[in-house]
Amino acid sequence: MSNTYYEPSDLRKFGNITEWNEDLGKKFFEYYGSVFEEGALSAREKALIALAVSHVVKCPYCIDAYTQDGLKRGITKEEMMEAVHAGAAIESGATLVHSVQMMNKYKKLSM
Amino acid sequence: MKLKSLQKRENELANAKRQLEILSNGIFQKEELPKFSTKLAAQDQFPLKPKTLEILQINVGYMCNQVCAHCHVDAGPDRKEIMTRETMQQCLDVIAATGAHTLDLTGGAPEMNPDFRWFIEEASKVGIKDMIVRSNLTIITANKKYNDLPEFFKKHNVHVISSMPHWTEGKTDQQRGDGVFNASIKALKMLNAVGYGMPNSELKLDLVYNPSGAFLPGDQMALEADFKKALATNFDIQFHNLFSITNLPISRFLDYLIASENYEDYMYNLVDAFNPAAVDNVMCTNTLSVSWDGWLYDCDFNQMLELKVDSPVQHIRDFNKETLSKRNICVSQHCYGCTAGAGSSCQGTVV
Repeated sequence: MSNTYYEPSDLRKFGNITEWNEDLGKKFFEYYGSVFEEGALSAREKALIALAVSHVVKCPYCIDAYTQDGLKRGITKEEMMEAVHAGAAIESGATLVHSVQMMNKYKKLSM
Repeated sequence: MKLKSLQKRENELANAKRQLEILSNGIFQKEELPKFSTKLAAQDQFPLKPKTLEILQINVGYMCNQVCAHCHVDAGPDRKEIMTRETMQQCLDVIAATGAHTLDLTGGAPEMNPDFRWFIEEASKVGIKDMIVRSNLTIITANKKYNDLPEFFKKHNVHVISSMPHWTEGKTDQQRGDGVFNASIKALKMLNAVGYGMPNSELKLDLVYNPSGAFLPGDQMALEADFKKALATNFDIQFHNLFSITNLPISRFLDYLIASENYEDYMYNLVDAFNPAAVDNVMCTNTLSVSWDGWLYDCDFNQMLELKVDSPVQHIRDFNKETLSKRNICVSQHCYGCTAGAGSSCQGTVV
């Protein structure tokens, strides 16, 4: 076992999850592969969505993978940062919209 | 950006033997990763043998007006190795005698060789189908004496292949030096102006894409579409094809990988992306590389690693097609660069 919860080299071992459940593992990777194929959205657009979501779910493996993926596709750092801000805006918006609940409660309990 | 070659800086990586040691030590010695020959043997693809010789790639000298951060040649203004007219004549004799249909001139900046134009003029008389010059573009605008190169290329129907790592200034200059992007754009416009790269034009202008960092190239077709869109929209520039080339871990790129602590991850990426289908079409199977002093190599990368062809014939003056066709191709761990993903060659992907 390593001394940290996250080990960069574990990303390369992602595929090994099929060893403990081949059926579900294979289904997951097939699904994953299909999701990122060119479709109504371009593979490039999906790569940017994936990068934004990687930040929102705060997954260091995903950030590693999708930063590399973006570089491979020629995506610029400006595009990458805007994508992260789009994710961050939704995440902070989700926090802030709850403040309406706080305001409602505050008003209800106050004279 | 460093402005001197590794050789001038007396960096240990200017030494080919040292590079080969690094490529065989560490993760490969500990067998964390298989050596390239082991990987080929496991696929029943070892030893690698040449097929019909189609391309003669001639390195006419290591002198260059640029000092690119990833250069596998370690080229630059301080490099003095230059092919003589005598060696060029030996190459012409070989071209005339073999069925090789493509002549691929590279460097350095091949245009800086004082006999460059003579060589093109003579070569165009011996019936080459595809005469390639790998031009760094900026040479065209670097000095008045090179400004007429587009016209010269046109006169001899030269196929121009030029490097451009990105359609933005920042990423291009980061790899190739300050001011390179703008000078390249100017040169591309000059080439377009005489007909190069225009739709349906017979004057071929292709671009080469190398990643500007420790990552592998993405899909060649997708990158080509992005390059075409950006260069047309932003600069009204046209070109034909984009060739995506993987950076091989040698010379300055190896130096960068080690200094930035990316070497091991990069090698893992290359090995993980190993594609047996790419092995069938690697360029060393249909190409011979000739150095400025006439020695023969399986490719330009082996030339820089001083791995001469494994054959009784090792020099252009002794060229013998039959003898050379029996050789085994020399390989080391840098070869993983040509077999990763869709493969990589001087003509782009191979799968």
